[in-house]
Order: sequence, then structure tokens, then C-alpha cells
Amino acid sequence: MIDFIVSKYNFWIYIVLMMIGFYAMIAKNNLIKKIVGMNIFQTAIILFYVSIAYKRGGATLPILSNADMHGRHVIDTAQYLNPLPHVLMLTAIVVMVATLGVALAVAIMIYRKYHTLEEDEILKVSK
Amino acid sequence: MMMTQQAPVLIVVIPLICALITPLIGWFKKELCYPWVSFALFLSTICAVSVLMTVITQGPVHYYLGSWLPPWGIEYVVDHLNALMLVLITGTALLVALYSRRSIELELPDKIIYFYTVYLLQVTGFLGIVITGDVFNLYVFLEIASLAGYALIAVGEEGAPLASFRYIILGTVGACFYLIGVGYLYMVTGSLNMADLAKILPELYGSKVVLVAFAFFMVGIALKMALFPLHVWLPDAYTKAPSVASALIAPLMTKIAIYVMLRIMFTVFRPYFSFELMPLSNIMVVTGIAAIIFGAVMALAQVDFKRMLCYIVVAEVGYIVGGVGLANEVAIKGAILHIMNDVVMTLGLFMVAGILTYKMKSHNLKDFKGIFKKMPFTMVALIMVALSVIGVPPTCGFFSKWYLIHGAVINGNWAFVAALLFSSLVNIILFFRIIEIGYYGENDHDGNHEQAAEDVHIKEAPASMLIPTILIAMITLLIGIYNQPIIISIIEHAVPKL
Repeated sequence: MIDFIVSKYNFWIYIVLMMIGFYAMIAKNNLIKKIVGMNIFQTAIILFYVSIAYKRGGATLPILSNADMHGRHVIDTAQYLNPLPHVLMLTAIVVMVATLGVALAVAIMIYRKYHTLEEDEILKVSK
Repeated sequence: MMMTQQAPVLIVVIPLICALITPLIGWFKKELCYPWVSFALFLSTICAVSVLMTVITQGPVHYYLGSWLPPWGIEYVVDHLNALMLVLITGTALLVALYSRRSIELELPDKIIYFYTVYLLQVTGFLGIVITGDVFNLYVFLEIASLAGYALIAVGEEGAPLASFRYIILGTVGACFYLIGVGYLYMVTGSLNMADLAKILPELYGSKVVLVAFAFFMVGIALKMALFPLHVWLPDAYTKAPSVASALIAPLMTKIAIYVMLRIMFTVFRPYFSFELMPLSNIMVVTGIAAIIFGAVMALAQVDFKRMLCYIVVAEVGYIVGGVGLANEVAIKGAILHIMNDVVMTLGLFMVAGILTYKMKSHNLKDFKGIFKKMPFTMVALIMVALSVIGVPPTCGFFSKWYLIHGAVINGNWAFVAALLFSSLVNIILFFRIIEIGYYGENDHDGNHEQAAEDVHIKEAPASMLIPTILIAMITLLIGIYNQPIIISIIEHAVPKL
């Protein structure tokens, strides 16, 4: 059991983080806490993607400065991490920052209208 | 010739570039935003129609962005299904843009420029989701569309920001689930291209990773399409959004999510996997039936016109998902036809709701007394669209319901037939209630002359709002009459081989 957890620890960390974020998004009453939960949720997915790019056996970043052998490139893919998930996550980070921005802007609109960020108080006022 | 080759990418690029130029134009002169947006969407519509013609005559079109060949580069693939969707999206966006001017001037007088900017970004997102052949690219466009949608909804009436906030939370969960699905597929296949995934995946159908990916895809997309238990964000968000925003988003967002579901089920995975290895057929039919009944009952309980329409949308999603779940070719044909019909019908209903909101400053049913006298043309359009929603021949709604019921009968699924008929009967009650209030409901004239004098001023809606609405009402009839050519030349090819 312990071996099972340790051998796949990256997935366990991502799942635990994701569930923490998910809990905050669903259960917290304060809108900013919900936004923080949303961010944790999204960051967990980034970690998941980055961890699946890793290869066992001392693989490094794909910087090809030493690959030039007499004018031709010799690339042993086992030596390098898969760069594609990282690139995907750069895009996803941009998307997530935009989501965060929109969510915060909407939270500001809510605060200006109701002067509170507690969801139950807002619902009481708006009914 | 050059233009025809580039048309697939132009469909998406024109609204994107024009969205970025809109603030500059608005800064120069605010009134120019409206013609500019309409012009941009007109160009995009022409491209979409030309692509549809190419697809009908020559088969699917592939466009390689930057000439990078798949599976490395991003590829735009247009086959019969998404060519139809592209025309629907650009057409809807164009009509709503033409319709929008007076409504926005009234509802958002100081936000015209940014409303139109976000409007075009929203359309870009929709088009990108539909046209792309790359699962990660689809995620990015999904988020563009969703983010623009959150912003458009948040500027609506009282309570809109909170509705938008809830939509943000649930919508993000949906998109993130989709992203996790993409991650799991990438782990086992190393590819993001849909056609390439379809080639690699069949050998891995036993893998648990693939099963988990499929489950995440389905739940994430079900959240975006507001399938019954996950629909909670929809009624609030679409009721409180500005009239123009709800006329754009309500017909399209849910249908596009359904399109994504069809892509995942039938293109990325094989129908064999979706229906035979997974118990998806049963789940979809049961949730479809639940959505239809729940939507119909909740619509009956509403006193607010727009909120009632939102629950009709929930029920219509149930029709389509249930129809796909029946897993025979007739039902899937009906489901795809119903996607098209539902875009047209929902658009018509929300346009009428926008006109009534514009004129009455309210979308509560009790304020609709005597509207037939004041706004005859709008009401005729409403009745035409309503007949289609109910499913009266020869309007378009009849034919898709016919195929859905036929498909359910082939499978012997009588519960689905019963749910469809129940929902149609409830729709009759819903719309005849409006007719009753609008036609026979008189204002209480017990000495309240001031109010009576005020009511006389409400006349027919402005032409810029009325013409697109009547056009849509005509289109419901035309699609109904010409449904056979549409099915033979487009939809037959979009139905997967089961």
C-alpha cells in the first residue's frame, strides 16, 4: 500500500491539492475564498501536466547546446524531458490568469453592489 | 481562389482581429462600433457559407495552421457536422449583432464599446471550439468563449454579477475536467490531434487511464452544456444577462458543448467504445429523460418569461443528449437536426424576450397584459417560434422531434417517447398561457387612468430589432419545409457509422 502511494506520489499530490481546491470552491461561503480554491484547483492541474513530462533516469531540460556533433544534431530523446506539456501549461497558465482576473472583477462588482463578499449575506439582501 | 483556400481560418481570424480593433474605432466614434461588428460578422458568415458549400461538394476540408502538418501542428478540420455548426454560429451572431443596437443603447449606454469587443471575442471562441481539430486548442477556445460569456453576463441587470460568479466557478470546474481528460489522453498516446488520437486509441481501449480520461471529458462537457443535474448555473445566468447577451449565448453555448460531446464520442473515440464498452447509452437516455421532465416542470412553475425560456433550454438539452444516447442512426440524425432547430428556436425566443424587455422594461409574465394589441408583429414571430418549440408541422421543431421519437420507437425506449410527448404538451401550456395573458388579459381599469394612458405609448418594436426576429420566425418555417434537402446533403454525412 505504502509502495503504491510512494511510487505514484505525483498523482497523489495533484489529487489532494485538487480536492482541497474543489472543497473550497464548493463549500466556502466567502467569494474570495472560492476564487482562491479555484486557483488551487487549477494549479493542481498544472502540476499534474508538468509531472507527466518527467522521465526516470536523469533526464534534463531539452536545451540542445551539447547536441551539436560535427555539424549534425544527435538527439537522444531519453535524455530530455518532454517539453510539450510545459508548453501546454504556459498557455493554460495564461488562461487561468485571465479566469482569475474575470473572477476578481466580478467579485468587485458584487462588492460594490452589496458591500459584502459573504454569499449568504448577499442572498439575504437580494431576496 | 486564394480566399476559398484560406476561408476556414478566416472564419475565426476575422472576428478575432476585428474584436481587437473595436475599442480603437469606438474611441474614435462610438456609433461606428455597431456597423463595424455587423460588417465583421457578415464577412465571417460569407466565409462560413463558402466553407459549407465546399464541404458539401468536395467533402471535409483540412487547414494546416502555418503549414505544420498534423499531428505536430494545429489543424482545422471542417466536416459536415461542424460546417453546419459554423454557419449556425456566424448566422446567429450576425442576426443578434444587427438586432443589438437599440437594446444595448438602452440597457448599457456607457459600455457599448466594450460590450461589442467582448461580443466578438465570444463569437471567436465559439467558432474556434467548433472548427479546431486539436483537443488542447479546443480547451483554449472553450475558455475564451466562457470568459467572454462570464463578462457579458455580469453586466446584466440586478443580481447578474452573482449569477455570473457562480457560472465562473462551475464553468471553470467543467473546463478543468476537460483539461484533465486531455492530460490523461496525452499521457498514453502522446498526441493532441483528434484524427491522430482516433488512430492510436483503439488499441488502448482497455486501459484505465483512457477510461478515466473519457469520464472526465463527459462530466466536464456536461457541466458546460447544463445537462440536468449540472444545470444549476444556467437559469440565473441567462435570465439576468443583458437581452443581447442572452440572445447570443443561450442558443449557442449549450449546443456547442453538445457538439464537443459528439466530437469526443464519435471522432476522438469510436462509437463502438462510447456505446458498447461504456454504459454511456443508458446514462445519457436516463439523464436526458430527467432533464426533459425537470425542465418542463420547472418552466411551468416560472412567472418570469426569460427564466421560463431558460428551463426550456434545459429540456432541449435533454432532447438532444437523450437522442444521441439512443444510439441508432435515426435518433442521432434527429439529435443533430435538433441542434440546428434548437439554435434557431432559442434565438427567436430570446430575441422576442429582448424586444419585450426593451419595450416593457420587464420580462415578467404578469406585465404582458394586452401585448398582442400593442406589438402584433413581435407576437406573430413569438407564435411561429412557439409552434416550432411545441412541434407543430410544418415548422422545424416537428421534424427533429419526429426523428427523435422514431429513433426511440426503434429502440423500444417508451420512457423517452413519453418524456418527449409530455414536454411537448407542457410547451403548449407554456405558450398558450402567454397568449392568454397577452391576448385576453386586460389591464385593471378600476379608475387607474394614468396607467392606461401610459400603456397606449407602447407600440411596435423598432425595425432594427423586429426584422431579425421576424426573419428567424420565417427561418423556423423554411427549415421545416426544406428539412429533407438539409438532411440528405449535410446531416446524413454527419451521423457516425454505428
